[in-house]
Amino acid sequence: MKQVIYPSLILLTLFSSTVNAVELSGNISLQSQAFFNDPLDPNQHNQYSSFAVQPELYQKSDNSRQSMTFIAFHRHDHNDEERSHSDIRELSWTGVYDGFEITAGISKVFWGVTETQHLVDIINQTDQVEGIDGEDKLGQPMIRFSTEQNWGVLDMFILPGFRERTFTGIEGRPRFEIAPGLNFNADTATYESDKEEKHIDYATRWLGIFDEIELGLSYFTGTSREPTMVLNGTTLSPHYLLIKQIGIDVQAIIEDWTWKLEAVSRKSSADNYIATTAGFEYTLYGIFGGDSDLGIVIEYLYDDRNELASSPFQNDITTALRLALNDTQSTEILLGLTTDLDDSVIASFIEASRRLGDSLKLTLEARAFNNTISSRPLHNFRQDNFVQADLAWYF
Amino acid sequence: MNIKISLASLLLITLQLNAFNALAETAEEKGLAIAVESDKRETGFTDSTAKMTMELRNKQGDTSVRHIRIKSLEVEGDGDKSMSIFDQPADVKGTAFLTFSHAQQADEQWLYLPSIKRVKRINSKNKSGPFMGSEFAYEDIASQEVEKYTYKYLRDETLNGIDCFVIERIPAYEHSGYTRQIGWINKAEYRPEQIVFYDRKNSLLKTLSYNGYQKYLGQYWRADQLSMVNHQTEKSTTLKWSDYKFKTGLTDTDFSRNSLKRAK
Repeated sequence: MKQVIYPSLILLTLFSSTVNAVELSGNISLQSQAFFNDPLDPNQHNQYSSFAVQPELYQKSDNSRQSMTFIAFHRHDHNDEERSHSDIRELSWTGVYDGFEITAGISKVFWGVTETQHLVDIINQTDQVEGIDGEDKLGQPMIRFSTEQNWGVLDMFILPGFRERTFTGIEGRPRFEIAPGLNFNADTATYESDKEEKHIDYATRWLGIFDEIELGLSYFTGTSREPTMVLNGTTLSPHYLLIKQIGIDVQAIIEDWTWKLEAVSRKSSADNYIATTAGFEYTLYGIFGGDSDLGIVIEYLYDDRNELASSPFQNDITTALRLALNDTQSTEILLGLTTDLDDSVIASFIEASRRLGDSLKLTLEARAFNNTISSRPLHNFRQDNFVQADLAWYF
Repeated sequence: MNIKISLASLLLITLQLNAFNALAETAEEKGLAIAVESDKRETGFTDSTAKMTMELRNKQGDTSVRHIRIKSLEVEGDGDKSMSIFDQPADVKGTAFLTFSHAQQADEQWLYLPSIKRVKRINSKNKSGPFMGSEFAYEDIASQEVEKYTYKYLRDETLNGIDCFVIERIPAYEHSGYTRQIGWINKAEYRPEQIVFYDRKNSLLKTLSYNGYQKYLGQYWRADQLSMVNHQTEKSTTLKWSDYKFKTGLTDTDFSRNSLKRAK
């Protein structure tokens, strides 16, 4: 990290000489989680509370052709010392030139179109202690070159400095089960590359827009964001392989339907596999004669490693309903069920959010795991049904 | 704007021909001629930027406020491009909408969600839905191209002391929330003073009033305040515009997928 932060700070200093006002924004949030069942490990708890701060500084100059962004993040968890963590989400400079733009520093990039899992999205590491849905990401050091032409948008990335995935600690929940007599240590991660976390990764993506069809093709070569687990004596540690991944993401809007497909082909020294997510979203606008929209999302998730898949979704269907009230408070409710077609495992979730007044936002989340079987990843969470409330103040 | 200019010249010829026989001009032709003239007077602004404050008021009179910055780019021969960037409420700060409006085809629209860095394509079917919980539907804030409606001149009428043409326009695009709109167009300036909207059941739905018109670049009229009152829910939304700037040098680069992500 260090080698990237210092040049960014120098850039920040140089940049400040052409000053515009620095804008400060961000949020502070309180979170409470309650688990319904007794934990698998007596070290774990039934209730957790934490707070998080995410301040953001933003400055633009040169008639908005240049900008600096700094977003810091810290969470303090009362029980889980691994979940108490800090991260620089962004510390980057972006310059816009005739026909291209460059971003240098720590930043965040999203690729993809599907709702349930994000297979092609590979630039940033998952900040897994923030949530098991994989939506939270750690800042990634990068140099990004992007050009937008009439043939599409081409992004090229040099990614120096690998970020290790975050894991909940011994007291944390939900977390994967550790067999009796073993222990887990995320700090002793090992790498296939002898350059370890200093291995430089490369990535590129082309996005073409053909009326109502958008097609993304991507390629990544470098250290996998997703670790395998290796046992050394009685200690389990993450091991990061070198991979090459080809990705495709397509979205087509055909009348009322939005069709979506993501697929990856990944090669490593351990295995080669193909995984895909495919489905649609159909939205009923103005239901019950009012302003609410009801979206129906159905996605099929496939991984050709079957039972050996590291992901819990190897032959699964997710059905979700998204209700947006389109009211002043931007009330939204998303509820869904993921069913494993091989094992009848059901994972269900509810996410709801509503603005309170002008600057508070309440988010509720609940997850449940039923009929899990011992050979599959979700079995780790069989006692971990929970509800979570998050109250955030935005400034 | 080539299409529109040729349409306008066609109309001009039609009007000249009609001068010999005024009775031959139908109400539809006169309605269209008014819309074409309004559009013609809007042509040539090149680009503009402005700030907008949106005040949402419910039946009980509680208000909530949004701050939005808007950039527009005139596109020759097609609908305009526009970008709306949210500054408030704070939880949606940095959220941006990019719209490519089209005269003939459906508009293209993308939404950028800064917290997850995701650009989402919006299904253009969603025209009648409320924009940010307000009384303005997406179709109300979209670029108003002549080809989006069919027109009919109804009558002349004085509105708040202003001589107006009253015209009816019926959406020619799919998925509109309206059967028809009645517009009061200022006879001298060809700018809208009021629009009344009728819902899908043809019941009175909303009234939009334009207030505080100011002239920019000696030619382009912009209202400082737009008030939309929903007669069915008794809710209202007021848009207050400020800091209008024209010909600021915006280009296609400012209305691209990449520009959405750095719009804040």
